[in-house]
Amino acid sequence: MAKLSFVRRPRGVTQYVCLVLLAALAFLALFGHTIWAAQAARFDPARPLQPASSAHILGTDQIGRDVLARVLNASLLSVELALMAAAIGVVIGVTIGVGQAVLGPFLRRLLASAITISLAFPGLLLALLVNAIFGAGPTGAVLGVGIALIPAFARFSQALASSAAGSEYVAAARVLGVGRVRIMVRHILPNIAKPLLLTALGSVGTSLVGISALSFLGLGVQPPNYDWGELLQAGLQVVYIRPMSAIGPGLMIVLAGLAFNLAGEAFAGSHPRISVGEFTGSAGLTRRFALATSRLANRRPDRAADADELVVAASASPKLLSVRDLHVAFPGRSGPVAAVRDVDLAIVPGERLGVVGESGSGKTTLALALACLLERPATWRWGEFTFDGESVKADAHSEYRRLFGTKLGFVFQDPANSLNPAIRVGAQLAELRQVHYGASRAESRRMAVDRLREVQIPSPEIRARQYPHEFSGGMRQRAMIASGLMGSPRLLIADEPTTALDVTVQAHILRLLERVSDETGAAVLLISHDISVVVSFCHRVLVMYAGRVVEDIPSDWLVSRAAHPYTRALIHAVPDIDDLAGQPLTTIPGQPPNLENLSTGCSFAARCAFADDKCREDDPVLTALAGPHSVACWHPRPSEELADELTDAGSSNRSAL
Amino acid sequence: MSAITVDAPAGITTRGRNPWPAFAARRALRLVIGIVVVVTASFLVMQLVPGDPVRLSLGPSAPLSLVKQRRADLGLDNSLIVQYVNYWKGMFTGNFGTSILTQQSVTSIIASRIWNTVTLVAIALGLTLFFAVAIGVTVGGLTHNERRPRLLAAYRIVASTLNVVPEYLYGVGLVVIFAVTLKLLPVAGDDGFKSLILPSLAISLAPIAGLSRIVRVQTEEVLSQEYIQFARSKRLPASRIYWRHALPNLLTSALTVGGILLGVLVASTVVVENVFALPGLGSTVVTAITQRDYPLAQGALLILGGSVVLVNLIIDVIVSLLDPRSLMRDS
Repeated sequence: MAKLSFVRRPRGVTQYVCLVLLAALAFLALFGHTIWAAQAARFDPARPLQPASSAHILGTDQIGRDVLARVLNASLLSVELALMAAAIGVVIGVTIGVGQAVLGPFLRRLLASAITISLAFPGLLLALLVNAIFGAGPTGAVLGVGIALIPAFARFSQALASSAAGSEYVAAARVLGVGRVRIMVRHILPNIAKPLLLTALGSVGTSLVGISALSFLGLGVQPPNYDWGELLQAGLQVVYIRPMSAIGPGLMIVLAGLAFNLAGEAFAGSHPRISVGEFTGSAGLTRRFALATSRLANRRPDRAADADELVVAASASPKLLSVRDLHVAFPGRSGPVAAVRDVDLAIVPGERLGVVGESGSGKTTLALALACLLERPATWRWGEFTFDGESVKADAHSEYRRLFGTKLGFVFQDPANSLNPAIRVGAQLAELRQVHYGASRAESRRMAVDRLREVQIPSPEIRARQYPHEFSGGMRQRAMIASGLMGSPRLLIADEPTTALDVTVQAHILRLLERVSDETGAAVLLISHDISVVVSFCHRVLVMYAGRVVEDIPSDWLVSRAAHPYTRALIHAVPDIDDLAGQPLTTIPGQPPNLENLSTGCSFAARCAFADDKCREDDPVLTALAGPHSVACWHPRPSEELADELTDAGSSNRSAL
Repeated sequence: MSAITVDAPAGITTRGRNPWPAFAARRALRLVIGIVVVVTASFLVMQLVPGDPVRLSLGPSAPLSLVKQRRADLGLDNSLIVQYVNYWKGMFTGNFGTSILTQQSVTSIIASRIWNTVTLVAIALGLTLFFAVAIGVTVGGLTHNERRPRLLAAYRIVASTLNVVPEYLYGVGLVVIFAVTLKLLPVAGDDGFKSLILPSLAISLAPIAGLSRIVRVQTEEVLSQEYIQFARSKRLPASRIYWRHALPNLLTSALTVGGILLGVLVASTVVVENVFALPGLGSTVVTAITQRDYPLAQGALLILGGSVVLVNLIIDVIVSLLDPRSLMRDS
């Protein structure tokens, strides 16, 4: 572990400023006394309170001493006292904070609450209390400020130590039988040394400002000795005639305090951030996919008929929502990164459309774009966008408030965070009615209760008056759906509505969505990791890869007729948990695409067993394959092959058993 | 209405009962502990003084008989326990002892000065909360989603610099600007409301800068929460999203920090009253400490410390009213 890694080359303006200030301060403290002591002591009663001049840059004081020389000469004492106070606070504080780990549980709790109580008091009051005991003077001031720092350091080091103590290497050391004290000294202290040292550095600034305050009040350094605080007091006495004599020492206190405080902050952030490839997709197939496909076999067969009808009807019936040539990008390290590319999409009234793909494939971005909820820093454009008969412009979201507010409901992924914790659930539902329909508060509340009842929330009158934290996860998701029903919804977009819920609740929510869709005629766009959920719930499935729709297929055809190698890989990944062993298809060779650096050609080419030169040069567009089935691939797989593969895989495994 | 029934989770569980009584009990306990700590600490001041406090106070030239008499007056000859009990008795009867130097009752000295300090803190707190929230939310809203990066950088530098400047330097700076250069406002002394303007500014500038940074970060965080997205998905007007949906979630953290700042404000008055020669509790403490008038210092520190305890309690209650979740977390 690089314990002192913050002593590295400085980066950023703040760090340079800090270093320069600290160096200047160190120079003044070390040599200021030698250089300016004599000049600071020389007095000239004939020239009191001189204005600023080239001889006396800050003027002179009451008995004709040079103020600047005195200010510079005071550096040593000011810094010295601050260091002493900080040392008292840090040493005692850290000893208490770290050492309490070796105490018994009772004493530890007692100590912890003592620290909590003393933390509630501002440092200056503690310092004054100590100062009152020891009397006005530098000793009282240093002790006062130092002791006032103890509680904060005790708490800080205790928090650091306990988080380090919970880490794996300490657990490992404990398993190896290393003693408490040795763990503390060898394993915990070195790992909390850096944040502690930085905070200690900052506290020197705090001490300096604090001791200067006490000196300024006449409670610290006493004349004829002087530090910056004492000089400031002297300057304030003559501030009317010679404001510079107060500004000089004041400036020094600010700069010195700033130097230490900034150093503590600026270097704290100097370790490189772990860069998370936000748009680069997840590593390989997600486990969710693998597990989900195992449930494929259980899909409901009766859906086949109406799906076919619906899909066939789709081409003729009026579109509820249609978008052409949709593009969304996010700023990346080198230029914009496309999250959604070239998407054409249409939803007919009452349709249940699913979108599947790995994390990072652009599913959520697509959902937000369709709901007109994208925000900067994302950038987006589309060729044409209509929703419920109205044409929507890409750059004027606010014009369509009422349209989207009343006709589109959005169910977010995480029910724990998607309802406002500070507002009662009923009010959160009611406001939609108030804002878009001008309904009265009472009327909207009544309607909210009705909607909560419709989504099967028990005792809706009571529930409406509760806060989201009083709801369970499943109930919050129901409330979200209820909110979508407050208008006259034509489309519900559900972005992984069941991912954060446990399996039985998942089923309830999906059945509720199904029922709502049947009863209101609203279309549903369901985004999911879970291919089995999508197949059982939706009429039609879009498969996304690297921001593009690569396959558009009726859900009942998905298993038997998927034509895109990627879709097939997804389905193939795990037909059944038992078949996992020995299946080469559990991984798709190669890496998921890096959206920041997409090559020309098909983005799946690098991982595709069927890719040839054409694939690597030209990106295939989504083309109709058979009826409602489209695929973006130069070499779509024939459906029989898949069936064969499945049988082979199944039988070979069975024979292996 | 429905053919397919959706099974609801069994039972209506309103998680837990009314959390308020437990909350009140915990806060009452904390209040009592806080008061005991403050009273004991202030009691100990005189006991811990190295040497004879009365001798230190009256000086080496004071006659022994006077010292002895004052010791007797203060009850210093009694045992520690008796003194402690008497100290508490005094507390309940509003008797904080008598000044060693002036023989005046400490209670009357404090009573005559406390209002300046209370007004000062109240004005400063109002200024701090108002400006910190206004500035923090505005900057947070303007720079949300990586917009206006230069504004954010400038704000960061200015706010973090202003935050570390101590109140007495603001005091001196304001004196130089407003009283010496512009000659607009009184610099020192007790001249009604006008003489409170500069002192309250001096103690609130650093807290405004510090608290506004916290509010900005909170704003940023709240605005990127999913519940704000949900509010946007309902296409509420921007003003409603800010004030109805974002602000209540910000205020709890702003107030929690504001409560700690209030304690700091109380302490800052000590320094600033001295800069502006404003007769208040703070200047009383400082004079008492320099003159070693221990009973007076004890009384004033007790009141300052006690007010910090009370203020913390009030803030806790307000936060719990605003954010019902904190009641749950609290236990």
